[in-house]
Amino acid sequence: MTIGAEVPRDRAKRLLSGRGRYVDDINLPRMLHLALVRSPHAHARIGAIDRADALALPGIVAVLTAADLETAVSSWRAAHKLFPGMAAPEQSALARDVVRWQGEAVAAVLGESRAVAEDGAERVSVDWRELPAVMDANQALAPEAAVLHGDMANNLAFAAEITAGDAEAAFRAAAHVAEEHFRFHRHSGVSLEPRGIIAEFEPGESRLTVHQSHQTPHQQQDLYARLLGLPEHKVRVICPDVGGAFGLKHHLMADELVACAAARLLCRPVKYIADRLESFLSDVHCRDHEVHARMAFSPTGEILALQVDDLFNAGAYGQYPRSSIAEGNQIIRLTGAPYRHANYQANLRMAFLNKSILGHIRSVGHPIACAVAERLIDLGASRLGLDPIAVRRRNYLNEADFPTTSVGGVEFENLSFTACLDKALEIIDVAQFRQEQAELRTRNVHRGIGVATFVELTAIGPEYYGEGGQHISAQETCLLRLEASGAVRCYTGATDQGQGIDTGIQQVVAGVLGVPLSEVEVISGDSALCPMGGGSWGSRGAALAGEAALRAAATLRQNILAIAASLLQKNATELTIEQGMVVDIATTYAHMAVSEISRIGHFQPYSIPGDVTADLTVVERYATRGRLFLAGNGVQIAIVEVDVDTGIVRPLRHLVVHDCGRILNPLLVREQIRGGAVQGIGAALYEELRYDPAGQLLTGSFADYLVPMAGEMPDIEVAHIETPTETSVLGAKGAGEAGTAGAVGAILNAVNDAISPFAASIAEVPITPARLLRALGRF
Amino acid sequence: MSSKSRRITLTVNGEAVARDVPVRLNLVDFLRHDLGFTGSHVGCEQGACGACTVVLDDQTVRGCLVLAVQADGCVVQTIEGAGNGDNGLMAELQAMFHLLNALQCGFCTPGMLLSAHELLQANPLPSREEIRDYLSGNFCRCTGYQAIVDAVAAVSRARREAPAA
Repeated sequence: MTIGAEVPRDRAKRLLSGRGRYVDDINLPRMLHLALVRSPHAHARIGAIDRADALALPGIVAVLTAADLETAVSSWRAAHKLFPGMAAPEQSALARDVVRWQGEAVAAVLGESRAVAEDGAERVSVDWRELPAVMDANQALAPEAAVLHGDMANNLAFAAEITAGDAEAAFRAAAHVAEEHFRFHRHSGVSLEPRGIIAEFEPGESRLTVHQSHQTPHQQQDLYARLLGLPEHKVRVICPDVGGAFGLKHHLMADELVACAAARLLCRPVKYIADRLESFLSDVHCRDHEVHARMAFSPTGEILALQVDDLFNAGAYGQYPRSSIAEGNQIIRLTGAPYRHANYQANLRMAFLNKSILGHIRSVGHPIACAVAERLIDLGASRLGLDPIAVRRRNYLNEADFPTTSVGGVEFENLSFTACLDKALEIIDVAQFRQEQAELRTRNVHRGIGVATFVELTAIGPEYYGEGGQHISAQETCLLRLEASGAVRCYTGATDQGQGIDTGIQQVVAGVLGVPLSEVEVISGDSALCPMGGGSWGSRGAALAGEAALRAAATLRQNILAIAASLLQKNATELTIEQGMVVDIATTYAHMAVSEISRIGHFQPYSIPGDVTADLTVVERYATRGRLFLAGNGVQIAIVEVDVDTGIVRPLRHLVVHDCGRILNPLLVREQIRGGAVQGIGAALYEELRYDPAGQLLTGSFADYLVPMAGEMPDIEVAHIETPTETSVLGAKGAGEAGTAGAVGAILNAVNDAISPFAASIAEVPITPARLLRALGRF
Repeated sequence: MSSKSRRITLTVNGEAVARDVPVRLNLVDFLRHDLGFTGSHVGCEQGACGACTVVLDDQTVRGCLVLAVQADGCVVQTIEGAGNGDNGLMAELQAMFHLLNALQCGFCTPGMLLSAHELLQANPLPSREEIRDYLSGNFCRCTGYQAIVDAVAAVSRARREAPAA
C-alpha cells in the first residue's frame, strides 16, 4: 500500500547533489540588489535623510524613502474581524516619520551588487531624534509609558477574557492551589536560509513576477496585487526550494514589499536577501509572554479550576495579514486543554512595544499553554504528595468524553491522551529512573524527569480567516492531469519547505489511483500554475491538501475505469487499477495499461462513446466545515541532567508519543516530530532574542543567539498512536507542531525535578545557566 | 569599502579557473556568484552555521571566512565536485541521507555532507557521540540531527562490513 509507506523523497536527491535552487541561486538579467538602511534605534523620529553621498557612488542606481514608494505601494493595517476592537495601527513598507523597532527600514538602496548596495546604505545619513524605548509589556501598559502609535491613547492593543463555571468559588474550596509566575522569552524560527525575494516588473503588461522563499504563494499573490494596485492575475508568485520556514515565511514582510515596489518603480528585477543580523532584527518573532497561572486541586488531585493571565506583546505593529493575536489566543484557549476541568478563567492583554513584530512561528502558543498547565500539575502533585503521572491520568479527557468542546472553546473530536501516556510509560520505565535518580543524587549527580501532555491544533478551517476578513485560503484544491504517456501531473496548493508534503501527496495520488509512485509528479509553489490554496503552515498539508488529492485521484480513477469499461464492453465495477494496469477484479486479468487509455483519450477520443465521462484532467477541492481546527495530541517525556555548579542542562533522553491520525509516511512524520522537538528543546534551553533597556538587540549573531547543535541533542524517540479523524476519508491530522508543542513543558518539568532536592524551582525559559544558578541561589 | 581587484588562479571541482576578483570578496560568494556553484549556501556570514562549508586543499573551511584571494593557487571542492577519488564515500553518504531522510530543506545539507565525509575519511568508525561532535559546526534547523547521525553511522557500518574495492 502506497499510503502509509516509508517512502524517501524524490526532491531530496537533487538537494543532496547541491542542485537545489533557492532564491539567492536565481539571477535575472539587469537585476539590481537591495540593501536597506535600518534604524539603529528602537524608537526614534526620522529627520532629514541625506542620500547624496550614496548616489554619488558608482553602481548605486537609486536610494528610495517612504515618500518615493507612496505611488507604488499602499500601507496596511493588521485587523482581524473575529477580534473586534483590536488596535491595528498603520504600517508602511518603509517607515514614515517614526521608527518603532531597532532594524526597521527607512531607506532602500539599489545597486549593481549587494556589496555595492551595502556600501551605499552606509553612506545614507539619517537625522535621528531618539524617543523613549518601551521594551517590556508591563512597562508598555504603565500609565507613564511613551505611546507608540499617535492614534492610540495607550499601548494596549487588545484584551480578552474567557470564563467558564465559577473559578473563584472553586479556588476558595480547593485543598491546594498551585501557583506560578512564568516568563517565556522571545525567540524566532531562525530558518537557515534567510528571507529572500526577487521581484520583476514588466511595465508593458503591468505584470509582477516574484520568486520568494515563502510558504504561501497565493496569499502573497493577493497581497502584492492589492498593495501594489495590480490586477491579481498579473501577479505571479513562485516559491522555489525553500531553506526552512517554520512559520517565519508565511507572513507579509515590509522588506519584501520594498523589493516589489522598487522593481515596479525602476522596471528592473530587484533581489533582496536578508543577512543574519537583519534576520534576527526584523524577522517575525514569537513568544515573549509573561503568564501568571494557578490551578486548584481536590485532596485526591482532581483539577477543580484553572486561572491564567497572559501578558504579551505584538511588537511594534500587528503582523499583516494574520495579526499578532493568535499566540495569546491559543494560550488562553489551550492551557489545561487535555484535562477535564469545569471552572476556568483566563485573561489576555497584548501590548505594543519597540521590538520587531510578533507573528506565527511553529506551534503558535502551544508550548506556553502546555508548559504552564504541566508545571502547575507537577507543583500541585508534589504539594499533595501524589504521583504527578497519576494526577495527569485521573484528569485526562478520555474516550467517553469525546467529542467535546474544551472550556477554552476548542472542539476535540477524538484524542488519545491515556493511550499516549500508556505507550510512553512502556518505553520509559519511570520507577527504574527514580531508583537511578536517587542513587545518583548521593553522588551529586542530579537528573530529573518531566512529563508533558499536549494538544496540537492543526489544519485550520476556513472560518478563522474567512470571518476574520483575510484573503487566506483554508480550502485546498488538487488538479490532476493524466498525460498522454499515462503519467500523472498533480498540482497542489500546498507547498514543500522540506517537510515532504510533495511526497505525501504523491503517495495519496498513486495509492488511490493504483499507479506506481514514479508515475506521479507533484507540482507546487507557483501561484499561476497551481490551483488556489493556502500553502503549508499550521500543519495543514496532509489533512487538507492530502484529502483534496485523494478526492481528485478518486475522480480520475473513476473516469479511467469508465473509459476502460466502454472500450472493453464491461461494467466499470468489474474493473480496478493496479500498478498502472486496468485489471479484472474477478479474474485478476490485466486488460490494458492506463497509458493505453490516456493515449486513446488524448489522441483517439472518437473511440470513446459520447455518454462516457472522458475527462483526463480533473479538479477536486476540500475544506473542513464548522470546525476551527483538527486536534491531535501526544505526550512527551524528557530526562535531563543538571550540573548544579555550572547551571548547564544536558538533555539525556527525549520521547514523543504522538497521535496525528492516519500517517501518510512514517519516515516524514518522524522527521517532523524530531525536528520540532529539537526546536522546542532550543526554546527551553538556548534560544532567546535579548534586548537591553534601550532596545538594542544583544543577540544578533549565532555566537549570541544559540541554536541546538548535534553534539548537545539526544536522540528523539518517537512512537505513534493512530486515531484517524472521521471528518475526512484520508483520516490524517497535522504533525508539524507536536514536537515543539510539548518539549518546553517536558524540559521545564524535568529540570525542576532535578533541582527539587535544593528546594529550588524555575519558571523562566530559556533555562540558561545564569537563570538556573540564580534559581539555585548560587548568586 | 574597497574596489581593489586581484587576479587569482585556482582549481575548482577539477577545473582550472582564472578570474579577477575584488579583494574583499569571500570564497563562497565567489564560488556561488562568479562560478555558479550554488551548492554551497550562505547562512550567517559569521563562520557559525556551516552552510557555506567547502573543501580547500583537502580541508573543510568556512567559505564565508576565507577570502577568494586566499584561495589563489589552491584546490577547491564544493558539493558539486565532491567525491572524486574517494572510493565512493560521498556517493554512499548521499544515498544513505536520501534513504533515511537525513535532510529536509536541504540548505545545510551540502556542508553537512562535506563535514561527514571529512570525518569518515579521518575516522572510519566513529561513535555516535563522535559523529555528533564532529557535525556540531553545521547547524540544521529541520531534522533535529538524529537521521543525519544515523546516516553517517550507517555508511560507516556498511563500509566496515563490505569495504569498497
